[in-house]
Amino acid sequence: MASDDVWILGIKMTKFGKYPDKDITDLAADATMAALADGGVTMKDVQLLAYGNLVGGTQGQSLQKQVGQTGIPVYNVANACATGATALRVAYMAIKAGEIDTGLAVGVEKLAGAGLLAGGSRGAEKDEWTPEGRFGAVAPVDGRIGTETMPGVFAQIGMEYGHKYGGTSFELFAKISEKNHAHSTLNPLAAYSKRFTLEQIMGDIMISYPNTRPMCSANCDGAAAAVLVSDAKLKTLSKEQQRRAVKISASILTTDPWEEACQVLPNVNTLTRNAAKQAYEKAGIGPEDLDLVELHDCFATAELVHYDNLMLCEEGGAADFFNSGATWRDGKTPVNVSGGLESKGHPIAATGIANVWEIAHHLRGEAGDRQIEGAKVGLAHVIGLGSACGIHVLEKSGL
Amino acid sequence: MPDQIPFVDYLVLGDQPHLVANECTTCGARFFDRRNACASCFATEFKKVDVPTEGEVRAFTIVSMAAPGIPVPFVSATIDCQGTSVRANIINCDPTPEAVTLGMKVRLATYVLGDKGGVDAIGFGFEPVS
Repeated sequence: MASDDVWILGIKMTKFGKYPDKDITDLAADATMAALADGGVTMKDVQLLAYGNLVGGTQGQSLQKQVGQTGIPVYNVANACATGATALRVAYMAIKAGEIDTGLAVGVEKLAGAGLLAGGSRGAEKDEWTPEGRFGAVAPVDGRIGTETMPGVFAQIGMEYGHKYGGTSFELFAKISEKNHAHSTLNPLAAYSKRFTLEQIMGDIMISYPNTRPMCSANCDGAAAAVLVSDAKLKTLSKEQQRRAVKISASILTTDPWEEACQVLPNVNTLTRNAAKQAYEKAGIGPEDLDLVELHDCFATAELVHYDNLMLCEEGGAADFFNSGATWRDGKTPVNVSGGLESKGHPIAATGIANVWEIAHHLRGEAGDRQIEGAKVGLAHVIGLGSACGIHVLEKSGL
Repeated sequence: MPDQIPFVDYLVLGDQPHLVANECTTCGARFFDRRNACASCFATEFKKVDVPTEGEVRAFTIVSMAAPGIPVPFVSATIDCQGTSVRANIINCDPTPEAVTLGMKVRLATYVLGDKGGVDAIGFGFEPVS
């Protein structure tokens, strides 16, 4: 008797980095064909495509025209940095709903060489002061009423945590970056796999205090794709396919509920905590059961707050938790053994599937030099400002 | 004295410049933008309320890299004005981690942002209370 579980049958990410000779569709096709081959299926088996390409604005139909036009529905999704996780969840929901038994989720982005994302929404100057927009501003607000840049927004989010609970410093945030860059040296698919000393990180170019350049996610090119199947479909496949399949024990998407200040400085905490609570409850798994976590370290200041939001530590205890060494790859709860967004890279729409690939890679025991031995359960988290939070809890096949 | 116009419509000029919020008459949630409805309770009635001009720095960053044309460095902060959070720059203060601290007491200050056709646009920030 089949259960209503949903499984990842095949999943792949491209190496993240610079691809001057490939376009967005090339990268999407590389990840798609690799994920299909990984799962031992073809486009003929796929009944739905969920596709995300946030910045490039391409559609899944362009991918279909290169890898297989079979007439299936395409859902083009956009959800800021949670776009990939949202695509995955669309395929998941269609299987849960019983509409399909095999779905494909793809996320792709070309961002190599992109500078600061967001900020600078400055309109053309006029001859007289004219109030415009929802604030009736007579001139652009970015830089005059705070900052719109991502490094600046997330810097404040980390500083706010420090103000509330104490224990943070420039050096502490830099040490988180030191960990992730150290982890990246074992990941051949990372855009950057260079180890930095703490002094190098703190002495690098300041972007938005306390985030220096290596403490910021790396803009790069990349794609990731996953083939999802129902439990009934999986049971018709080979023992080897069943052994390598990874169970999606929870797939959760939340937005930020209204709270005081949330429209002044984005609150990335409550929606992540809400998503984590739902995910742990649905999976019947607690944070103490996790063998590894890939969380959204778009900036070093962000990683700290998510230790708390994902309940990996006691409330308010994120600094102590990090200082204990818990989140290094040999610690109690390894976090971002891929190198995280700061070194692996952050091709926005690909990130929410690439994080899941990293977890799946360990659960399958295929992660080579960076394998977390005996990994059975992992969690992948992304957050997009606006805001959207996606969490997937994944479990190794029982076979 | 030249004519003046506030940088944003929630800045009130005059002898005692201050910010005003749109407060939901049902649940008390406060907003600075033009509203369609309350994000907290969905009601549609709002009243203008004055926001305290003194507060403390709850979060800040010193922005060293920004879009072209924006002078750096500057301090972007979230100010807790006695329960109402405000986004603003910290002004009249060195943009260094030595000069700006979490929990620092600040107060609203205004400045001339620019002049067009004999009209000054007046901006606001928060400065240290010292």
